[in-house]
Amino acid sequence: MPDNYFARYLPLLIHFLLAGALASAIVLLSWLIGYRKPTRAKLSPYECGMVPVGDARQRFSVKFYLVAMMFIIFDVEAVFLYPWAVVLRQLKMFGFWEMLVYVGIVLVGFFYVWKKGVLDWGKATSARRGEV
Amino acid sequence: MQPVATTFFFYLLSGAAILGGVLVITRKNPVHSALALIMTLLAQAGLYLMLYAPFVAGVQIILYAGGIMVLFLFVIMLVNIEKVQKQEQFNKQWLVGIVAAAALGVLFVLVYMKGESLFPKHVVRLAEESNTQEIAVLLYGQYMFAFEIASLLLLVAIIGAVVMAKKRI
Amino acid sequence: MLSVGTFVLISIIKIVIALIVLLTAVAYTVWLERKVVGHIQNRWGPTRVGPFGLLQPLADGVKFIFKEDLTSPHVYRPLYIAAPMISLIFALTSIAVIPVGNWVTVGGIHTPLQITDVNMGLLIVLGITSMGVYGVALAGWSSNSKYSLLGGLRASAQMVSYEVSLGLSLIGVLIMAGSFSLRDIVDAQGGAYWHVIPRWNIFQGQIFAFFIYLTAAFAETNRIPFDLPEAETELVAGYHTEYSAMKFAMFFMAEYANMITVACLASLLFLGGWHGPLFGPAWLQAILPLFWFALRIFGFLFVYIWVRGTLPRFRYDQLMAFGWKVLLPLAIANLMITGLIVALKS
Repeated sequence: MPDNYFARYLPLLIHFLLAGALASAIVLLSWLIGYRKPTRAKLSPYECGMVPVGDARQRFSVKFYLVAMMFIIFDVEAVFLYPWAVVLRQLKMFGFWEMLVYVGIVLVGFFYVWKKGVLDWGKATSARRGEV
Repeated sequence: MQPVATTFFFYLLSGAAILGGVLVITRKNPVHSALALIMTLLAQAGLYLMLYAPFVAGVQIILYAGGIMVLFLFVIMLVNIEKVQKQEQFNKQWLVGIVAAAALGVLFVLVYMKGESLFPKHVVRLAEESNTQEIAVLLYGQYMFAFEIASLLLLVAIIGAVVMAKKRI
Repeated sequence: MLSVGTFVLISIIKIVIALIVLLTAVAYTVWLERKVVGHIQNRWGPTRVGPFGLLQPLADGVKFIFKEDLTSPHVYRPLYIAAPMISLIFALTSIAVIPVGNWVTVGGIHTPLQITDVNMGLLIVLGITSMGVYGVALAGWSSNSKYSLLGGLRASAQMVSYEVSLGLSLIGVLIMAGSFSLRDIVDAQGGAYWHVIPRWNIFQGQIFAFFIYLTAAFAETNRIPFDLPEAETELVAGYHTEYSAMKFAMFFMAEYANMITVACLASLLFLGGWHGPLFGPAWLQAILPLFWFALRIFGFLFVYIWVRGTLPRFRYDQLMAFGWKVLLPLAIANLMITGLIVALKS
């Protein structure tokens, strides 16, 4: 049985379902047993005791999108590196040069992003200048 | 190799994938659509697993479900949901959409009918123990050129992302 | 050869045991943290409930259940309830492919000390932990509160940034072992040089990778010095500001379960897993690997707590700059140098 390829992933599914059941049970138990006495002040969004101002969903910095984009690009790079790492001993120096070219090209992009200031958050450089 | 309940899992996973796909286009709330898309992608990972491609399944989860969908969610999270839900969901392009979908459907049916002459009939089954290793040997040997081109694609993507964002700042 | 029924039954037994052990470990990590941080700050920590406050986690759990479970009308209800569940489910599931010891034979059934022995082990752990970001992001978004949204955004951006360095720091280990299977990776680290220095990856030139991994793991689990998402001085409690009772506790449990997973992975990948000196009678030799493995995990958790008691918090721009400008180039340099050395040797 355990030498059956697909069956090895069956316990993973069972584990996922059991963890899901556990999480649902916790939420349900808390909902059933928990004491409930809502008041208006308790139910308002927390803003340090002030009356909430405006809507929570506002525009935010485009940097967050850029970070997510960078993440995807380097994630793809990493995924190409995983199988390479596993067979590097067979590929020998050829594999190394091959990957050097690949990583080099991606690093050109990384350098460009760095110089464009995408990785700078806040005004760290100007703040340092003003700090004395 | 004698897989367990293969038919059951096949219908379960493809059912989940199709259900997710339908939900993606019918839900008005874009966050729900994104979550439905995650379900579709995870079901696809399961299908890859059934096709004796565990490496592709793992990559599917890491890249699509865990990477690209995070970006989608980031973008959606900042959209004003109340406003979006009042907007019209399907615009005038639906006719073009149906034509494109029908063309794709015909293509699929054709491939299914004539598939045996177009593609080799045998299913590639790499042993699980050496699945990644065998893929890697092919990728870094025979298909080395395609692999190097992928790095250029990534470079273009990086520059494109920066150029698009910079214009908006 | 086992039948399908026996196989499923064994899996369920193993999963239930694993979940119970994991949740107990989570509860006592919280106790350990309060105790150790207390002593670092010249306090006693919990002392009242039971001897040395040992029953404190139990009391906390009971209190969480009886607390008021607030669901404010301004939240987006379905996702507000789903977010802590997503966090906890993925945190608990990632333990599934982690081996804790060799194969054992109990009652004529030969089974690995692991819920499932798959060859894609490392990829699966990475995939499952990468799904954890959804719990945080959705919690921040669905709470519809300014602090929560800011905390959720920061947390997601931080987690994805450090995930890159985390993934790249593992490649050195993959080069050494030549496999994704966590069991193979541990087996590759058996034995010792001149009977003194163990062949752990950390002693085989992966020491930089180890520190990159450790730093990235601290950021991934949102722990001090990288606990920006819940920086209480600016964001109240970050993405779980609007959560109370068990739902809040679930985020807590997820965080500690993730810490334990990260500690397991670090021990397996860099510190030789369950390898250690074996001596004494047969029953002791059977138990010792488990003990050595648990000892390493305890060590990691202690470091986590120690760091929490010692270091201040980074600023957000420092955090992002450190992740992208220091850790990422270091990780790439490490993997290329490891690759060069291994390629030259083979």
